[in-house]
Amino acid sequence: MSAADDLPVEGPLIRARGLVKRYGDFEAVRGIDVDVHAGEAFGFLGPNGAGKSSAMRMIASVSPVTAGELTILGRDPAKEGPLVRARLGVCPQEDQLDQELSVRENLTVYGRYFGISRAECRSRADELLRFVQLTDRAGAKVDDLSGGMKRRLTIARSLINQPDILLLDEPTTGLDPQARHLLWDKLFRLKQQGVTLVLTTHYMDEAEQLCDRLVVLDKGVIVAEGSPAQLIAQHSTREVTELRFGVGHHEEMAAKVEDIGERVEVLPDRLLLYTHDGEAATAEVHARGLRPTSVLVRRSSLEDVFLRLTGRSLVD
Amino acid sequence: MATSTPGAPASTGSPTAPGSSLREGLELAGRQYDYWATVYKRTWKGSVVSSFLVPLLYLAAMGIGLGTFIDSDVAVQALGAAPSYLAFIAPGLLAATAMQTAIFESAYPVLGNFKWTKVYLSMVATPLSVTSVLIAHVAYVVFRIASTSAVFVAVIALFGLVDSVPAAVGALVVATVVGLAHATPVFAYSATIRDESSFALLFRLGLIPMFLFSGAFFPVEQLPGQLEWFSYVTPLWHGVEATRMLVLGSIAPGWMALHLTYLLALLVLGWWLAQRAFRRRLSD
Repeated sequence: MSAADDLPVEGPLIRARGLVKRYGDFEAVRGIDVDVHAGEAFGFLGPNGAGKSSAMRMIASVSPVTAGELTILGRDPAKEGPLVRARLGVCPQEDQLDQELSVRENLTVYGRYFGISRAECRSRADELLRFVQLTDRAGAKVDDLSGGMKRRLTIARSLINQPDILLLDEPTTGLDPQARHLLWDKLFRLKQQGVTLVLTTHYMDEAEQLCDRLVVLDKGVIVAEGSPAQLIAQHSTREVTELRFGVGHHEEMAAKVEDIGERVEVLPDRLLLYTHDGEAATAEVHARGLRPTSVLVRRSSLEDVFLRLTGRSLVD
Repeated sequence: MATSTPGAPASTGSPTAPGSSLREGLELAGRQYDYWATVYKRTWKGSVVSSFLVPLLYLAAMGIGLGTFIDSDVAVQALGAAPSYLAFIAPGLLAATAMQTAIFESAYPVLGNFKWTKVYLSMVATPLSVTSVLIAHVAYVVFRIASTSAVFVAVIALFGLVDSVPAAVGALVVATVVGLAHATPVFAYSATIRDESSFALLFRLGLIPMFLFSGAFFPVEQLPGQLEWFSYVTPLWHGVEATRMLVLGSIAPGWMALHLTYLLALLVLGWWLAQRAFRRRLSD
């Protein structure tokens, strides 16, 4: 059944070299190299405006490449866009569900765009509604769904053509924690079924949860690449001690503690002390007679990696 | 920019032959049938009632009410082939209503599919081509124009103003062409603007003046010189004249050819502009 037979692919499913996207004078993507392999969950991590969505739109074969090379499933999207798009599932950043249509119709109508027969669309729609736990909402209006349900429906819709690659642009932005976890669970299952996932996110926890491998994008270029654990090991210390002093005192306090750890970052509301042993660092701070209003010791995260690489935090 | 930018200058066209891309466009447009059928199923009840009421109200109020008031020997003489004001205004209103339906159907729904519902965006993320998305939506608008015009023609027939089936069918076809000639340029306009406030311009400077000054309600020869010329360049005047000839059964072939050529030229120009605007907006 799967049209994947039509597209025999050796090597990476997605291969980009020197990929550039320009809108007028603005260069959104400034020459990136990316390889995504079959079965992998690959992430673009970066703040808003880093070029993640532009890269994603090129990979989705809707936005023409300005310069560089891009092959998806071994094909050039500029020449064989429809063929490539037939094998992709696209879950856009904003839900593009049709409010005029019911939950189920959103799936069946969309399936027709791929040339799938009506009967097949109906059976796949029912199966997908079960998968995203929306069976009891099949006849409902899209408008009556919660944000998390809409997102799940969008994911179900993007799976109607049984894609080889699922593209997810900011899949959980705007969702509450419960809805996010439910969604992550669905994505995990897909990954286990062998679907290749490519996602963009500005949430480090999402990237850590879902991605086998990721690139950190900043201002249109890749500043780091690897698995979440590798990136943390490479660019940060094992632990971080977060120290809060009174507002406005952080610069001054930073000078007093900077020799305790490997590095200190000053944020508006706290100091981040990078160290291999957070507890020992805390003890040393106290031994020096400093009295922070609160102390938190935690493991390093991708947030710290990003801060280290760009000097800025991910979520402004 | 060492590498080419496929599709960036939207007018460069596709690498495939025009014939095959049209056939492919039609095939892909066919896949959108279920979508538009579903949309129609949700809206048809309201549109059926209004497409019946509008002609009825217009013809009763203006054709009979105003007509009785102004039907005099002098007035009727100025109406050319029409035996009464009602007979004069009915085909004019048919054409004007086709235009109105076409413009409304090509305005908010098109912008909305780019901007609010983003229906077009989700369509082009699939194997559907930009052209096929345009073809399918235009086809839907044609259906809307044709179905409201058919009801209008039926109402005119009820008033005893059409005396042959070919005249009725001809009027329906021409009214649909009139609508389509307005629809394609408005598709292009709606695909170009960013904000719906631009529609006020289209309605106030385009739709309303055309509706009033294109010979639907009175012979444009009655207008002072410059306004009369304004009428002649409006596509609706050509549509009104062509429709009237068919309904009244007095066809001047030369004029008919001119009117239809004008309308078809506008239709084709509008199509070309709409296709360009759709490409620019959907593959940037």
